[in-house]
Amino acid sequence: MKLLVCIKHVPDTETKVAVHADGKRLDPQAVSKWVASPYDEYALEQALLFRDDAGEGEVVAVCAGPQACQSTLRTALATGADRATLIQDERFESAESLTRAKVLAAVAKREQPDMVLLGKYGVGTDEGTTGPMLAELLDWPHVAAISSLTLEGTGFTAARGVEGAVEIHAGTLPALFTCEKGLNSPRLPSLRGIMQSKKKPIETLTLGDLGLDDGLLDEAKLDWDGFELPAERESGRLIEGDPESASTELVRLLHQNEKVL
Amino acid sequence: MSSTILVFAECRDGEFKRSTLEAVATARRLADECGGSVDVAALGAKASAAAAGLAAYGANRIWACDNEALDAYQAQAFAAVLASAVDKGSASLVLLPASAMGKDVAARLAARLDAASACDLVDLTWSDAGGLSGTRPVYSGKALVNVAVAAGTLAVATLRPNVFPLPDPDPSRQASTETLDCSVDVAALRVRIVRVELPKEQELDVAEASIVVSGGRGLKEASNFSLVRDLADALGGAVGASRAVVDDGWIPHSHQVGQTGKVVSPQLYIACGISGAIQHLAGMSSSRTIVAINKDPEASIFKVANYGIVGDLFEILPALTKAVLAHKNG
Repeated sequence: MKLLVCIKHVPDTETKVAVHADGKRLDPQAVSKWVASPYDEYALEQALLFRDDAGEGEVVAVCAGPQACQSTLRTALATGADRATLIQDERFESAESLTRAKVLAAVAKREQPDMVLLGKYGVGTDEGTTGPMLAELLDWPHVAAISSLTLEGTGFTAARGVEGAVEIHAGTLPALFTCEKGLNSPRLPSLRGIMQSKKKPIETLTLGDLGLDDGLLDEAKLDWDGFELPAERESGRLIEGDPESASTELVRLLHQNEKVL
Repeated sequence: MSSTILVFAECRDGEFKRSTLEAVATARRLADECGGSVDVAALGAKASAAAAGLAAYGANRIWACDNEALDAYQAQAFAAVLASAVDKGSASLVLLPASAMGKDVAARLAARLDAASACDLVDLTWSDAGGLSGTRPVYSGKALVNVAVAAGTLAVATLRPNVFPLPDPDPSRQASTETLDCSVDVAALRVRIVRVELPKEQELDVAEASIVVSGGRGLKEASNFSLVRDLADALGGAVGASRAVVDDGWIPHSHQVGQTGKVVSPQLYIACGISGAIQHLAGMSSSRTIVAINKDPEASIFKVANYGIVGDLFEILPALTKAVLAHKNG
């Protein structure tokens, strides 16, 4: 079984967001550390579990991004991926999801995996669209934000939490899944894994190598034309008094001033 | 720049949720501003039967896809049917609620149509140049991005629930209904929903509720979450939680508010015993009215709260629940 895991290189979630001088994006200077998007760790772990359960197969980690993604892929190899592919282009930093999906679709067509796994979204852009878009381009089924996944032959059963309920999806591979927190407990790279990863290959490709037009990354259907920090909320008021009188006063304010009760 | 705006009417068990009504009303506003019209796609026998009611919110034309096979959601089939509604009605913009289902089908639809994709918008207007201008939170709400779609570019946009205004329905409005060919062979698609599990007690989802009451470490132990539940029940709201207590297993992850949980923007958010870590604030600070109850007057949560009560949760929560019930009954 071949499993393709798509990893996005994102600013660490502890990043204190600052606006770039052009006023249109995150200031990369504010980012102290770039990491694999946290949800992608569940995707990688699930692929490793399936490979290890089957006792055969290959886990391929792929990243579309700048040269700095090498370190993210090296970590994936140290964690247990068998090989890695970097579609290297600095322009990916501002690429929209559909562009990413088109590039990943070209990788998937080349690799012919049985399954593609991603995180439920890349933290930062918080969209969650790349996975379903990729599935649509491949004409594959997908289940997004899964909380469990089991295989039986080429059949799968996946659970997905939706508003107030859990949907159970059943289908057949090849298929694409995006992974929710709690799907599994991602392992950390072992010392041995780190040593071994140094011998594992990271293939570097350009758009041209995938048969894609280099201009693809210059197109944008959606422009980011402003990036700002949310307005600070005005400081509120403290309600004094014993629990009963403070509660009564709060209910009055919520009813009369805020009209939410 | 007269144009047709198509709305996906998300239907579960024959009912349209508020977020769908908000999407129809937003489409109506945008259509009125450009002399355009509003199409609504109702997929499945149940949705088709209920769709006439959407006229009151501003639909001009209902595309009814009266096929029982589409009563259960299937992403590929839904994207294909919506794409045909876009084509038939020459729509230039598709609006969907940013719900689990809406976001899921929107992504496939945007790929299928090679359209611009704008997710989870909290604001959407026409720009001076006749294109679209929207606002969406990124970095879990730590920043806002203004997104623009040029005039003439087909766009698929999802709208965050509870943010866009919902005017009162106007029952005098009428819509025409046309049948949409939906002979999609759902059985040939390689995945389907085989069952839907509902929690033993039907709970409101934090992402959809208009009132959310959340608890954190200040509750001291899992069993004390009942104080938060009692208040949420009294208010008719949903129960949320901080990451710390979810990680400790006090309450399932589906209740978590904040980064790596759900981003919410209810009308009223009450944070009980939550200090206000940046990850939590990112997930709730766009709520309309925020109330914080905490024993530590220095807690960061008070910086975003409209109203704060400093004190002992174990005294305040029961008193507040009582005051809410007294208000409702009196």
